[in-house]
Amino acid sequence: MTAASITVSETPLVLYVLRRADDALILGHRLSEWCGHAPAMEEDMALANMGLDLIGQARELYSYAAKVEAKGNDEDKFAYLRDVRQYRNLLLVEQPNGDFARTMTRQFFYAVFADLYWRAMMMSRDTTLAAIAAKAEKEFAYHVRHSSEWMIRLGDGTDESHRRAQTAVDDLWAFTGEMFAVDDAERGLIDAGIAVDPASLRPRWLKTISTVLGEATLTMPQNDWMQKGGRTGHHTEHLGHLLSELQSLQRTFPGAGW
Amino acid sequence: MATPNSPLWEVFIRSRNGLAHKHVGSLHAADVTLALQAARDIYTRRGEGLSIWVVPSSAITASDPSEKGMMFEPAESKIYRHPTFYDVPDEVGHM
Repeated sequence: MTAASITVSETPLVLYVLRRADDALILGHRLSEWCGHAPAMEEDMALANMGLDLIGQARELYSYAAKVEAKGNDEDKFAYLRDVRQYRNLLLVEQPNGDFARTMTRQFFYAVFADLYWRAMMMSRDTTLAAIAAKAEKEFAYHVRHSSEWMIRLGDGTDESHRRAQTAVDDLWAFTGEMFAVDDAERGLIDAGIAVDPASLRPRWLKTISTVLGEATLTMPQNDWMQKGGRTGHHTEHLGHLLSELQSLQRTFPGAGW
Repeated sequence: MATPNSPLWEVFIRSRNGLAHKHVGSLHAADVTLALQAARDIYTRRGEGLSIWVVPSSAITASDPSEKGMMFEPAESKIYRHPTFYDVPDEVGHM
């Protein structure tokens, strides 16, 4: 027996909230994969803490999406009973952990964006989103600090750590453009003062990234070609594998709880 | 295990304003910035603190356990050093 996937009425606001919730859940799940495997106990705790921040954000956003949609879905159904093509997260956050440098680079690229994004979202006309933003911004401010310090130490560390960090920066760079893209569904929310235009944050994102990479003696990639698709459900091959693990229990034993 | 790249640090947390920083444990970290971050992640997850100090463990000079007789036993017989040794007249009230 397996649980069937749900259908979601993706109005612009539901879609918008699900996209942010999926970013947080998928990145949070990726960080949870480090639990018990990090290079040191101290870092194991740090990664788990950041993962829990993200999963907490995902829960708040899914609950809000469920309330807006009002079709009987809830946070668990959104997380456990949507297929890979129904997921709306950025391609960046679903990329595999790889080595520690790759995980930190992914975290660094995303956290710098998310910190700017949620700080701006504190001014949203949607009071629920503004409240979620106020909590998320403090959490991301710490993720930025943590990942920035690691980027500097990995880049400006040994030859081996530098090589690994540079490889991760180069490999993940093409997934960063999607963070700043806007489609018609979101344009309406931006015009209504509910959402923030991410493109307006790009200069500040680039400045922080370039400052930290400079201090880390890492080279900022120059290529402008960017991979997109996550926001419309066109994912890399990695997300399906992630979901098969994340959803296995609820798909096999529908409604199981403890 | 303390390696040259990750020395040991002692962590002190102040839980509330007006209280002293209290030793809560130790951790390994490459430098003082990472030590402070690790202390935050390990020792303040349940809202334990408002302020953190980290100190290199190597900066601590400890008393020698084999000298505890000389160091601490002489104080045990000086009961007059405790305020409860003295009878305070009722008229004094609370001190």
